[in-house]
Formats: sequence, C-alpha cells, structure tokens
Amino acid sequence: MADPMRIRATEKDGEIDVKVLMKHDMESGQRKDAAGAIIPAWHITNLVATVNGKQVFAAQFGPAISKDPFLNFKFKGAAKGDEVIVSWEDTKGDKRTDKGKIS
Amino acid sequence: MNSKRRKVLQFTALVSFMAGSGLLSEADAAEWNKAAFAAKSMDDVMKALGGGLPEKSDAVTLKAPDIAENGAVVPVGITTTLKATNMAILIEKNPYMLAGYFDLPDGTEPFVTTRVKMGQTSNVYALVKADGKWFSAFKEIKVTLGGCGG
Repeated sequence: MADPMRIRATEKDGEIDVKVLMKHDMESGQRKDAAGAIIPAWHITNLVATVNGKQVFAAQFGPAISKDPFLNFKFKGAAKGDEVIVSWEDTKGDKRTDKGKIS
Repeated sequence: MNSKRRKVLQFTALVSFMAGSGLLSEADAAEWNKAAFAAKSMDDVMKALGGGLPEKSDAVTLKAPDIAENGAVVPVGITTTLKATNMAILIEKNPYMLAGYFDLPDGTEPFVTTRVKMGQTSNVYALVKADGKWFSAFKEIKVTLGGCGG
C-alpha cells in the first residue's frame, strides 16, 4: 500500500478547515525516460472525504495535479474530536485511506 | 520489537485488513470522468462535465500567482459567493485542459485549494457550478520552468 497521507483538520467557529497532503508520484504520462520512452501515466483519480458517515468532499484528479497532491477544503457540521476519513484510488487500482482527528 | 512499534504495526495491519475487506466504508467515489480528463478544449471538457459552457462571473475568485516559480507546483485556489455544488480547474495550454474536479456537498464551504502542473504560460480557469450552471473566472499565469516534463 502507498505511503500515508497527512491530514490536518482544525475547527474554528463551527467551520472545519481540512488540509491533506498525499504521497503520490502523480506521473503525468508526458515525461520520457532516458531511453526516450514515455513513462506511463500513474496518478490518483478519485478522492473522498467523510466525517461521521457523511461525505464532505470529493475530488477527481487528472494527471496535471502536482506530485504529492495537496488539498485544502472547509466544511461545517462536525466538532473537535470527530474524525475526517480520506480515501483515494489511483490509475493502478492502488488505494489509501487515512484518518485525521479534528482539533 | 518494542511494544509501541508492535502496536502501530498491529493497528496498521488491522486498518489494512478492514479497508481491504470493505469493512471501512469508503464513501462511494463518483466514477472517474475519463472523457473530461482526456478533453483538449474547453468545449469538450464542458461537454463531458455537463451543464454547458461557463459564464464569466465576478462572483468567482481565482487565487493563483501571476508568475509560477515552478510550473510543476502551482498553487491554485477557488472561492465564490455563489452556492457552489462543484468546482473545476482548467489549464488552457496543458495537453489536457481539466486538472481537477471537485464535489461540494451541502455544508461544505465554496472553497478549494490545490497545486497543479502547468506546461507553459497559460490562462487558468476557475469554474464554479451553482444551480446547475457553470460560472468562471480566469487569469494568465506566467511559467518560466514548465511542469509537464518537457
């Protein structure tokens, strides 16, 4: 399984600010290797974030999202101590799920 | 092996098992929109996303640098006063225009920030979907060192 994501979620005045840093090469499929052959595309395609069983954010990434994708989003309706669960899937079918507690 | 490390490994093993066996509910991710991410023009991207061509709007704010120091990592943010259900980032001169597409359920703020690769200086579009209609703002971001691998 891929390396873990870092999830930082902070609550202020009822709004939860979530920052996620994922670990992924996000190969665009545009680069060539030393022999001149195209390095095939390999990148995260889908991402979902849920809190208390409710989906709070979803994303579809193309190959143009930078390596080690960063995402910042905000939502209301959760409290300190609740967990933000983030899952992603990539073009090879590799998956990763991590949690971050709202502080 | 010290007990703390063992605890971490046991927890990781448990989570992996649970995730693998579908016990951890990964909320349904929408099907990856292959057509949208393979599109080379805004027309084709919007055809694949649905909802028609975006209308330029002051209610959409694109937060991005004027000059990208590193085309491989360009921070782009979208905010809006509209009640956004979706957002998207399009980079005009990239090999494929659509960089990312975002779903904002009820209760989620109309805000997203991420980092994108830009192959060359290009217009970057922030798209916001509200009430089934797309709205946009754009700016040109100058790139000195292209980020697509050229």
